[in-house]
Amino acid sequence: MKILVCISNVPDTTTRIKFVEGNTSIDTTGIQWVINPWDELSLTRALELRDDQSTGVKLVTVAHVGPASAEPTIRKALAIGADDAIRVNSESSDAYFVAAQIAEIARKEQYDIIMCGIESSDFNGSVVGGMISEFLAIPSVSSVSGLKVENGVPSLTREIDGGKESVEVPVPFVAIVQKGIAKEPRIAAMRGIMMARTKPVRVYEPVAADKLTDITGFEKPGRRAACKYVDADNPAQLIDLLQNEAKVI
Amino acid sequence: MSVLVYTENWEGKFKKLSFELVSYASAVAEMLNEKVVAVSIGKADDDELKKLADYGAGKIINVVGDQFKNLDNQAYTQVLAGIAQSEGSKVILFSNNNAGKALAPRLSVRLKAGIASGVSRLPLSLEPFTVYKRAYSGNAFAHMVIKSGVKIITLAQNSFDLARKPTEAVPETITYEGDASAFKTVVTDVQKQSGKIVLTDAEIVVSGGRGMKSPDNWAPLVDLAALLGGATACSRPVSDEGWRPHEEHTGQTGKIIAPNLYIAIGISGSTQHLAGISSSKYIVAINTDKDAPIFEAAQYGIVGDAMKVLPKLIDAVKELKK
Repeated sequence: MKILVCISNVPDTTTRIKFVEGNTSIDTTGIQWVINPWDELSLTRALELRDDQSTGVKLVTVAHVGPASAEPTIRKALAIGADDAIRVNSESSDAYFVAAQIAEIARKEQYDIIMCGIESSDFNGSVVGGMISEFLAIPSVSSVSGLKVENGVPSLTREIDGGKESVEVPVPFVAIVQKGIAKEPRIAAMRGIMMARTKPVRVYEPVAADKLTDITGFEKPGRRAACKYVDADNPAQLIDLLQNEAKVI
Repeated sequence: MSVLVYTENWEGKFKKLSFELVSYASAVAEMLNEKVVAVSIGKADDDELKKLADYGAGKIINVVGDQFKNLDNQAYTQVLAGIAQSEGSKVILFSNNNAGKALAPRLSVRLKAGIASGVSRLPLSLEPFTVYKRAYSGNAFAHMVIKSGVKIITLAQNSFDLARKPTEAVPETITYEGDASAFKTVVTDVQKQSGKIVLTDAEIVVSGGRGMKSPDNWAPLVDLAALLGGATACSRPVSDEGWRPHEEHTGQTGKIIAPNLYIAIGISGSTQHLAGISSSKYIVAINTDKDAPIFEAAQYGIVGDAMKVLPKLIDAVKELKK
């Protein structure tokens, strides 16, 4: 059984985002690039499954659509433990285009489970995973917070509004994963970092696909009014403000 | 031609977010001079369906069939694609919730329709079709142009006010006659927390962080949430420590919420936490550290110990409810 884990290369989540060129692109000065947090969790779960003999999972490949500058992030995924990697050499500005590239990889290499994070922390699209599944005409399970495999048979937990469901679908399928899929992201050990240097990263040129969206500009959220402080001994005043000024209770 | 809106029903009932979405659809339809077609999959009663007409749905379609008991992304997408095509839908709207995130991207590929998700305002322009959407986890908003003929939008929850605009639409029921083998998702077990307000639907959320000091200290926080008719939430360290279930984790990698009122108790307000709550209409911070970044995001603050402030707050709410 083979798992393909899709990873996005995003600014570290503590970055104070700034924009340049008339607010059309992000200021990359000093930005630390990392594996998108949900993708990191999904990679961690995929590796846990591979490392457990009883699952039948033998191979974990990471896939990324992006320019060569993303190589350190791909190497990090290999250092954490992925077996190999595929990079599609292209910009990744449109979800439809990106999903078409990953679908092409999956079509060629026949993965049983394709894992995608529920969103990327940069464009917050929540769409690539679902798109891949439709390109391949295979099932998708979204909001996945648990994935088990026993002797090659997967079962999933998905979040629904106000609860969870245990779900089964036939392979191949796309699992769109969220918080809960793994407890904590796995961290690269020194041995993994050394080994990552020799693991293969295949570079593919993109297949033709349309771009259906363009981002033309960014803006920062408006500043909120300054905080009004209430005396700790008199919380009744807070309740009064919430009722009569904010009118929210 | 039409604006199509997917109105999810939960065991035959709609929620506030359904009506928000129809209100939004009506406003978009007015800009485009089109009609709103609402489609709901899975049986709902006519009285319930008619509520969609109150917010401007000019046509209401209920697709029924036993197979729709559980969400199957592939089969649901097939149904929606069929209706979108027969209704000549130019713009298709979903809520940005579990089902919306599951279905909208599939439909996007099927119809080759560009998608913008987490949209929180009406389109900024029609030519080119430009929307305002969440980016960088709430640290920014992007102007996104959708270039395809058909456009798909998922609407951020609690970002658009309800607007009544009654029509005379009479619900139409369509019985699904497609192939049962299209349904590949088998649900083997369902666990629901009955009687609890769903965190993402809650208008008031009371949330605790490490400043609560111990999982044993949560009772007054839960009491306050119950008194206010709200839901409980927590910060990431709290769910990582196992003090509270991970379903309660709000923040960048947890739940993204936008209640009318978010009360952060003992939460310092890291960038990642703020990413999950920054769209709240009002934020209240209660924290011992007067320099905690949460106070920069909050409109109201109390510098003090949660364990001392909470009982007084509860008394004040009880007084109000008298």
